[in-house]
Amino acid sequence: METASTLTWTIYDADKMTQREIYGLVLTDLGRQHPKIVGLSADLAKSTKIGTFGDAYPDRFFNFGIAEQNMFGAAAGLAKAGLIPFVSTMSAFASMRACEFVRTDICYQNLNVKIIATHGGMSFGSGGSTHHANEDLSIIRAFPNLTVVAPADTIETALAVKKCMDIQGPVYIRIGRGFEPRIYESEEYGFEIGKAHELRSGTDITIIATGNTVFHAVQAADIMNKNSGLSVRVLNMHTLKPIDQDAVLKALVETRRLLTVEDHSVIGGLGSAVADVIAASGKGCAFNKLGVPDTFCPHGNPEDLMHMYKIDTDGIIETVGELMQRDFEEDEDWEDEV
Amino acid sequence: MSLTEQELATLKERAASIRCQIADVTGWSGGAHIGGSLSMVDILTLLYWKYLRIDPANPAWEDRDRFVLSKGHGGVGHAVVLAERGYFDKAALREFNETGSMLGMHLDSNKVPGCDASTGSMGHGLSQAVGMALGARVLKKEWRVFCMIGDGESNEGSIWEAAMAAAHYKLDNLIVIQDRNHLMIDGPTEEVMSLEPLPDKWRAFGFETREVNGHDLPALAEAFEFAIAHKGSPVMLVCDTIKGKGVEFMEGKPEWHYGGLNAEQIAKAKASIENKG
Repeated sequence: METASTLTWTIYDADKMTQREIYGLVLTDLGRQHPKIVGLSADLAKSTKIGTFGDAYPDRFFNFGIAEQNMFGAAAGLAKAGLIPFVSTMSAFASMRACEFVRTDICYQNLNVKIIATHGGMSFGSGGSTHHANEDLSIIRAFPNLTVVAPADTIETALAVKKCMDIQGPVYIRIGRGFEPRIYESEEYGFEIGKAHELRSGTDITIIATGNTVFHAVQAADIMNKNSGLSVRVLNMHTLKPIDQDAVLKALVETRRLLTVEDHSVIGGLGSAVADVIAASGKGCAFNKLGVPDTFCPHGNPEDLMHMYKIDTDGIIETVGELMQRDFEEDEDWEDEV
Repeated sequence: MSLTEQELATLKERAASIRCQIADVTGWSGGAHIGGSLSMVDILTLLYWKYLRIDPANPAWEDRDRFVLSKGHGGVGHAVVLAERGYFDKAALREFNETGSMLGMHLDSNKVPGCDASTGSMGHGLSQAVGMALGARVLKKEWRVFCMIGDGESNEGSIWEAAMAAAHYKLDNLIVIQDRNHLMIDGPTEEVMSLEPLPDKWRAFGFETREVNGHDLPALAEAFEFAIAHKGSPVMLVCDTIKGKGVEFMEGKPEWHYGGLNAEQIAKAKASIENKG
């Protein structure tokens, strides 16, 4: 077990660093404890920060060049040899360029490969649609055996990278490009893969967010809880798969209005996963999904793009206002049926 | 000479028996990739009965040599070889392709003892083999990785990505075998998508490359011994083979890429195999 003194990063670092930077440092620490960890990159060692691990353990680091398909296939082979590959590339390439290699070589064989997918959603805003990953969650959520996590900030990224080691099987960790504001003050908040974390309690409406939108959900809730007399709950749904059904159902029963927020297409991501749980419950509620609509979005500053698609603080407040006005059919014996 | 007379006779007999069993399973299962399974039988027989360091009683033995059938549609041939080698009861072959059975068209490594990688979609196995060979290096293990790829499969870009990586990392514990049977589903490889000059391509990619008749057991044995001894780079053995080899009415016919066999055809196929034995 690691202790704080053995870590090469600190909470102070978490405040100053991007998700990618903290990932590189945490992986380097893990590499010291676990000699079977190997690192793989496709010419993005610097960009995805896995190079930090490579500098520390050159014999356990492999650059595959710009060849993501082969990299993920080779990761499967390394896992079959008994090693624990951490494979890093941009989300767009992990989920789309190498899609079938992730699905067939890694997930089908249920191999212990950890995929660190950087630049999730529109976080590489200026890169445009070639480098945006607005579809990765909808694609990879359909792969059996795969656990999917989108940490909200640097602290949670560090936790996710460490905790994924407890899972004997493939894990996809989706992080941003950097610049994600910090939400958590320490690691001691009970992070558990598969369990949503309630960041704000509330009884009128629940905002369920993931990844970099959690910060905006919290900001929006704080403003509304203070100024508008609303009681807004916020759930950090850091694990997209398996989705925390209990947390969704509890929010459904207790607040009856739900809004999902994600830096991803509204087709197939967090909103769809939550909608599946709601639909299966048979309960009527007021529900909306915020995310990128069915379109290729323009290039630009990530904050501008998030504002454009209302997945920022202002957009969430506006949509919550609309959702509070919406009528829905209530069952008389609502609470008995759940 | 790499093979004694006795070894050669036994291997030939074994290969003929495997071919006959492939014909049986093709009949029982209602249809199978028989053409490309027959083309690789001599190579697999030599590997599984002479060169692979394996223990069928302990398929997960950590230090074993690995064999990856990148041309996963050869699953029916591979399944017969694994059963014949003693990895599982031959009774399982009777249920080939049946719903819920252990064996299907493309072998599942999580279900089939002795199958080191799930393959089927083209251009995946070689990458996995590269990972296994790199893994041996990291873990300081002596195991070797043998990977058979198809020639049609070599249209896939990922084959060449894997080739670059194997040469870049100088994986001399990786031996790649090209089952060069010249045919793919739509016809001859050179009509569908030209591969030649194929050996030169592998040489240019950094592989120590040998060309050998894939049905000449003594020549194959010599090639494998060269490949195993070679240091400093991965080896490619381009094995010239005949699709449908051994069954006269199938040889060189692309329509036998996949097919079924009735009782009469099975008898005819077996007679052909035994006459050639």
